[in-house]
Amino acid sequence: MSSSTDAAPRQRPGGLGNPGGDRSAGRGGLTAQRRTRLLGLLLLLVLVGVAATLSIAVGSRSIGLGSVWQALTDPGVPTEETVIVRELRVPRTALGLMVGMALGLAGALAQGHTRNPLGDPGLLGITSGASLGVVLAIYLLGVGTPAGYVWFAFAGALLGTVLVFALGSAGRGGASPVTLALAGAALSALFYALVRAILVSDTDSLDAFRFWVVGALAGRGADVAWQVAPFIVAGLLLALVNAPALDLLGLGEDVARGLGQRVWLARAVGLAAVTLLCGAATAACGPIAFVGLVVPHVVRAFTGPSHRWLVPCSGLLGAVLLLLADVVGRVVVRPGELQVGIVLALIGAPFFIALIRRRRLAST
Amino acid sequence: MTQLEQRTAAETRVHQPGETTVRVGPVSGRVRWRQVTVVVGAAVAVVLLGAASLGRGDFPIGLTDVLRTLVGLGEDTQEFIVLELRAPRIVVGALVGLALGVAGALFQTFARNPLASPDVLGITQGASAGAVAAIVLGGTAGGSGLLGGLGVPLAALLGALVTGLLLLVLAWRSGIDGYRMVLVGIALWAVAAAVTDWLLTRAEIYDAATAYVWITGSLNARTWGEAVPLLVALAVLLPAALATSRALGVVQFGDDTARGLGVRLVPTQAVVVLVAVALTAAAVAAAGPIAYVALVVPQVAIRLTGGARPPLLASGLVGAALVVGADLLTRTVLPQALPVGVLTAAVGAPYLLWLLVRGRRRSTL
Repeated sequence: MSSSTDAAPRQRPGGLGNPGGDRSAGRGGLTAQRRTRLLGLLLLLVLVGVAATLSIAVGSRSIGLGSVWQALTDPGVPTEETVIVRELRVPRTALGLMVGMALGLAGALAQGHTRNPLGDPGLLGITSGASLGVVLAIYLLGVGTPAGYVWFAFAGALLGTVLVFALGSAGRGGASPVTLALAGAALSALFYALVRAILVSDTDSLDAFRFWVVGALAGRGADVAWQVAPFIVAGLLLALVNAPALDLLGLGEDVARGLGQRVWLARAVGLAAVTLLCGAATAACGPIAFVGLVVPHVVRAFTGPSHRWLVPCSGLLGAVLLLLADVVGRVVVRPGELQVGIVLALIGAPFFIALIRRRRLAST
Repeated sequence: MTQLEQRTAAETRVHQPGETTVRVGPVSGRVRWRQVTVVVGAAVAVVLLGAASLGRGDFPIGLTDVLRTLVGLGEDTQEFIVLELRAPRIVVGALVGLALGVAGALFQTFARNPLASPDVLGITQGASAGAVAAIVLGGTAGGSGLLGGLGVPLAALLGALVTGLLLLVLAWRSGIDGYRMVLVGIALWAVAAAVTDWLLTRAEIYDAATAYVWITGSLNARTWGEAVPLLVALAVLLPAALATSRALGVVQFGDDTARGLGVRLVPTQAVVVLVAVALTAAAVAAAGPIAYVALVVPQVAIRLTGGARPPLLASGLVGAALVVGADLLTRTVLPQALPVGVLTAAVGAPYLLWLLVRGRRRSTL
């Protein structure tokens, strides 16, 4: 329960309903915390622009910036280069932007709802459910393309979270962070058992699955981006609506209830948002584990624990991280590619460890 | 919040019924009967499951014949099947379950987080990366190299130990904070998982299939060659783990409280983490990273014994029962022999779910 300690010194007395303390700045001009947050937000927006530009401009085939600009603005005769930019890089960048944002948002929400620093969406049964959906699609129906996996992965993710939430809140006393996390872990174990049972007995399924499970942006065209876009937009809206409620829930369910928060509703909205966001992202790209986990911890360093800042900033940083990792993956092993999920882990993890060691991270 | 609840829980439990104070000379202690029941019950279950397992399989042997064989009176064929094929496999299974259960209980207690198990902290994933590297780089691809020549179990042991030591070193800053350790562990897990997945995409599909069976955790074709080193490792590590139990119980109340109560914090932390890492490494080298035993079993044990933290010995024995039982299931009920790691998750996870649904809400571990 150290949820609001970070912001506390900057907060005036009586700010109980306003745990982030952002409104207390009103009287004395911008407080230092508020300035840090605004600067951080601004920096993130700039970074998103930079990352998107890089993602469009850089690839295994080097195309001059002039040609890239021409491809984007001039609807004239298609050349090979303009086709690459328009048909491959732009959809890929758009998808990366959406998926990264979705994973960042989902991570911040999941950690807030489970009050567990390990509250990765993967632990709520989403990744395992999606994996099961994909394996069943491969094994039973012979589906074999990323676009074909999307709906199965999404259905699996949906089933996973609904089951986790139902089982986690079925015991006496309803859903507590601990029962949710444990139900997620147990259900993931069960799903992965089924996945493994299929994969160890059917080599063909393993052959298809091993390329899905690394998590990649490559080979997903504009059709995949359009398929998942509505879900990610819906999830984004729900996440932004849900963020202020998380600050109240962070004070404990009883306090939140006393302050007029409908706890059950807030949990349901949060879970729906996490499912939509992470389910759609996983469906599009395969499981990308590290973004949702790391991003909120990094963002918390400058926003403090207030979720109304933490959640949107996590979304932005997630997008930046995923796009940059994808660009790096295209460059390091030219003309081949390293999948974005792998790049993220190999670059993100050492950075994350350095961050943990350097400063005392505020707990969720 | 949790600390306060734990503290009050511990205080009220002092005078609860179901406990007996025993004094032998200058030594006194409390016997918690429920804990004793669980430990004895799990031990009996391990023995019974093991005994049943000796007779079952593709070539069923009756109970009397099994007993005759065990005392050295059986036929040659039966002796070979029971003593050379089935017994080592069952012993490895029981010891691996014991090691993983205790390791999981140590990590979960130490980090005060029910999700902190060697699976989540990257240690078993490190073992997987090592083993997959050995299989893929030393397999039909040809480029044997150092890892390929090492052999799969040693590569796994190395992978687990390296990851475990990295965990200790990187989480160390004048002592280990449980929270920091968990976060570092997650990062190590992500790296090891990425390496494993990447190697699997680079491998020939036959190597990938072999590697996948290994990283699921299997007891197939285990011999005394795996059982004996594991037994030796456990003979050293298990007493060490049990010796930390008392200090661990105090550490749970928070570092400052522990220091105030006279626990030498830094040595205790180092010993707990090292023992847990070594237990995990020994287990995965013998049978692969049998999935979720270390995560699920301590949580089951804590709900059976009703204590405030995962009990070490009970966790170990429940783990042993789970692995031996799952192995028995793979060889008898299923139409096709699946690796035991599939079954431990398929049996252990629903049981934990049932306990969650049935049990009252707990905010502690």
